[in-house]
Amino acid sequence: MLGGLLVPAVINGLALGAIYALTALGLTLIYGVLHIINFAHGSLLMLALYAALFLYTLGGVDPYVAILVLMPAFFAAGYVLQRLVIQPAWHGRDENVLLVTLGLAIVIDNLALWLWTSTTRSIDSRYAFEVVDLGVAFIPIAKLVGFFGALAFGALLWALMTFTDLGKAIRAVAREREGARLVGVRVEHIYAMTFGIGTAMVAAAACLLLPTFYVTPQVGYAFVLVAFTTVVLGGMGSFPGALFAGLLLGVVEALCGLYLGESLGQIGIFVVFILMVLFRPTGLFGARA
Amino acid sequence: MSGKAAGSVLLAALLAVPFVVQSEFWLSFWLLVLMFAFLGQSWNVLGGYGGQFSFGHALFFGGGAFGTAILQVRHGINAYLAGAIAITLTAMVGALLGYLVFRYRLRGAYFALVTLAFAEVARVLIASFEYTGGGFGMLVPLARGAANFQFDDRRIFYLIAWTLVAGGCLIALWLENSRFGAQLIAVRENEDGAQALGVDPVRTKVLAIALSAAMAATVGVFYVQNFLFVDSQIAFGPGMSIEALLVAIIGGVGTAFGPLIGAVVLHALGELAKQITGNAPGLNLVLYGLLLIAALRFLPSGFVSAFGRRPKASPGAVDA
Repeated sequence: MLGGLLVPAVINGLALGAIYALTALGLTLIYGVLHIINFAHGSLLMLALYAALFLYTLGGVDPYVAILVLMPAFFAAGYVLQRLVIQPAWHGRDENVLLVTLGLAIVIDNLALWLWTSTTRSIDSRYAFEVVDLGVAFIPIAKLVGFFGALAFGALLWALMTFTDLGKAIRAVAREREGARLVGVRVEHIYAMTFGIGTAMVAAAACLLLPTFYVTPQVGYAFVLVAFTTVVLGGMGSFPGALFAGLLLGVVEALCGLYLGESLGQIGIFVVFILMVLFRPTGLFGARA
Repeated sequence: MSGKAAGSVLLAALLAVPFVVQSEFWLSFWLLVLMFAFLGQSWNVLGGYGGQFSFGHALFFGGGAFGTAILQVRHGINAYLAGAIAITLTAMVGALLGYLVFRYRLRGAYFALVTLAFAEVARVLIASFEYTGGGFGMLVPLARGAANFQFDDRRIFYLIAWTLVAGGCLIALWLENSRFGAQLIAVRENEDGAQALGVDPVRTKVLAIALSAAMAATVGVFYVQNFLFVDSQIAFGPGMSIEALLVAIIGGVGTAFGPLIGAVVLHALGELAKQITGNAPGLNLVLYGLLLIAALRFLPSGFVSAFGRRPKASPGAVDA
């Protein structure tokens, strides 16, 4: 009977799904404001995973503490990337942005491959084997932290967008770019800020993910597809949609892994993506364009 | 010198390679360049002239490669027939995929990502079944002879590849001068406008993707005959998809000789980097990525545009 495995699988799926959601929040924010698809999003996640890994193995910094360092660092990196690399290649054509971020992904992934080889690495932190009894299943503490941490960062992002002047400016640019410019919003600055915030979310996701996951240079590619699926499923630019879709996809992957075998786990996600794009391209929560 | 003249000269010069170059290494190198030039041309038919940027062209390359390998190995079908069947089936897959996607007017990023997702699904599925070679891949038995489309002399492969590339350039020139090509470019520039003038955008794009898929599948078939081996990662992995779009974009999207120029530039630089860095894994791809970024910024119309005159079919040149 698979019932005994089902509940833990769903819980594990939710834990991974929360990370998917957090990654996708960054992507959907960038899409919602800049209307560009950042293909390098997964590669930046991979880079953040390596950063957290090396901070732990070389500096002894706990991944959860590393959030404090990596979020500002990745925010700055995102800001600079948007300003110096992505914006100048735009030339008013959205395909160019897709291609330039693809170029970034190729560069980052292969630099990582060159520097750190394709060896799979993970950290064995002290809480890796500590579990909590939830009554229906045992779950590693790190997964629980990841789950609630991801939700907390999601809430933080929401608060930033809702209550601050920066959030207001970002929403204004997303809604009406030229109008925002006319009332004194520096649109190019807001674009870069948005890209930076989205990249910072990736850093947070990486730090929460690392204790229960592994890192290889290829991990970004796997994640970028999942993040796109999450964004499309939730409706391009929708926050609650990305959250819900992320959790759903985590469960889908866990269940496909359970019933079809580990290697086919991600197939479920691609199939969801294809069906979604073909039959409801606006997503579950998106408005008709 | 215009892009077309430069491209023609380059193409003609490449014909001389097997008669001049003695080293097996450099012959293989230029053979690979020609294969990628034709793969890039297949991408260019859909992406350049049709404006539909595929991120999963490996799907079609892999369809041809695995199609012919499976038919030959598992069913003992003759190499030529197997290749023809594989190309036809892949073109049909392309048409079906195109119909599904274009019916909903999905384009831009959606189209790019859907093609990528299809290629990924194919990669995982192919690696999962014994029938398709599983994780190991497919090995086509060595049986030299023209009857099996296996030649001892690599120069024959080279000449076939050159003929393919020349044919690819002719297809592109045909697109620039034919009714169908005009319709395709019109749909690229302004779909609603083209439709208002009586062009059926879905039909036009489906035909373009079928042609593009057949061309990419041809490269796959040729690859298998040349190397007698293919696995799911080579055939359906992201590397092949990236290669296809990279040579076209760096050379010049929507130009007849862009993919050829792109393939030569890209692989010459890649090989140079390899010689300098001592074949560090991944480093030539880093260079490709940097080139892509630089090209988009400084030469958005590709290397072709470095040859003076603006190419005829470049974006913005045609008003529909």
